[in-house]
Amino acid sequence: MGAGHAHPLHLDRVSPVHRLAPEVKIAAVLLFTIIVVVTPRTEFWAFGAYAVLLAVVAGVARVPASWLAKRATIELPFVLLAIALPFAGHGERVDWLGMSLSVDGLHGAWNIFAKGTLGVLASLLLAATTTMRDLILGLDRLHCPTVFTQIATFMLRYLDVLADDARRMRIARLARGYDPRFLWQVKAFAVSVGALFLRAYERGERVYLAMVSRGYAGRMPVLQSARASTGQWVAAASLPAATASIALVAALGS
Amino acid sequence: MTTAMHIANGIVDGPVSAVFAVLAVAALAFCVRKARNDLDERLAPMAGLVAAFIFAVQMLNFQVLPGVSGHLLGGTLAVILVGPWVGALCVSTVLIVQCLLFADGGLTALGLNITNMALLGTAAGYLLVAGLLRILPKTSFGLAVTAFVASVISVVVASQGFVLEYALGGTTELSLPWVSGTMAGVHVLIGIGEGLIAATTVATVAKVRPDLVYALRRFRKPAVAPELGVKA
Repeated sequence: MGAGHAHPLHLDRVSPVHRLAPEVKIAAVLLFTIIVVVTPRTEFWAFGAYAVLLAVVAGVARVPASWLAKRATIELPFVLLAIALPFAGHGERVDWLGMSLSVDGLHGAWNIFAKGTLGVLASLLLAATTTMRDLILGLDRLHCPTVFTQIATFMLRYLDVLADDARRMRIARLARGYDPRFLWQVKAFAVSVGALFLRAYERGERVYLAMVSRGYAGRMPVLQSARASTGQWVAAASLPAATASIALVAALGS
Repeated sequence: MTTAMHIANGIVDGPVSAVFAVLAVAALAFCVRKARNDLDERLAPMAGLVAAFIFAVQMLNFQVLPGVSGHLLGGTLAVILVGPWVGALCVSTVLIVQCLLFADGGLTALGLNITNMALLGTAAGYLLVAGLLRILPKTSFGLAVTAFVASVISVVVASQGFVLEYALGGTTELSLPWVSGTMAGVHVLIGIGEGLIAATTVATVAKVRPDLVYALRRFRKPAVAPELGVKA
């Protein structure tokens, strides 16, 4: 606890993108993703242009390409689905390298791959440049209901409590001479999951009551009230604006 | 860390995603209104912990067939411990944070993911829990059995939500019975795993702190002790 509550995908850098207010980044990523998803899948060059836009943002944010590539592997299960499609699809077929592939399946695979990858990369850029606290602050400023931000605040806080208590319980087991091998750890985990939950709850309850007694009323105090300036909104709007113009050119050209 | 994955962008087409996004927002707005009455000083930290717990178990991901993966959902656990309204909000919060912070699940598919896991899953879980607790004994054992059965069925119901969305707006041609069958088969297995985790957790909580179990509130006699709670 208390160690800044950074999340594993945050990349601590100094860059113009990191300095942007969280609400404008969330809005920009949301608009970008919506435009990408509604772009017809046959406009191949438009997706290439979107990728270039993201590369520019990554450059400005000083997020290395290798960092992005490694974390984008979260998408792999869906890429596997995409690879299966050209073989499983119906309709018109083409021969390529001696394999009979379905045209519809190929388009479908491309669709999932392109839109999925662009979406994951955009979200990764948001995560890399925004801390957990800022993200919740951003959602709050975008008028997300307080119940959500409240649950999210506690959730992120209690993740640490859960992990710490799980670690303490494991150390306690080891201290009592328990010598788990690879798979048998599962048994101890299954038996202690209820106890872990209760311990974490009681610890969390104390944290909560301490917060309430210090004046917490459902919203974290804002230390520096730097709301997004018009300039920041304009700067962040450049991404969806550029995306929208590419989509428009694609739609008019076809 | 293994990775979880929800519906990504581009699996289901734009119009259908938009329809489900509107549906999800409307349903969640209703849950927010209902949850206001529930969220007291005991439930607020519980909701956060349940969300954290669900977040952690959703990291467990089962790659049963290439391209089709599933994970624990946690909706039934949430229903039993914090009730249907706050429960649905907990699961949605998990999905929103996963989408924004961990790039898990497409941003435009958020409506679809929330409909399946937070709305369909919890609704099925709630109906089953409410029904089963009428017949089964209100002990920790009865609650564990309830949690197990409701988990298995609600996970399969949630997986069929994806099949419905896929039928309406899938961007690719896969035969529906195949998708439906695969999803159901995988999720029965996941449901059993989820059921075991939910049952052990709920049984322990019901034994040690029965006051924390939302699903048992209706069956409890009103307390005589005066209100000592801190007003949040």
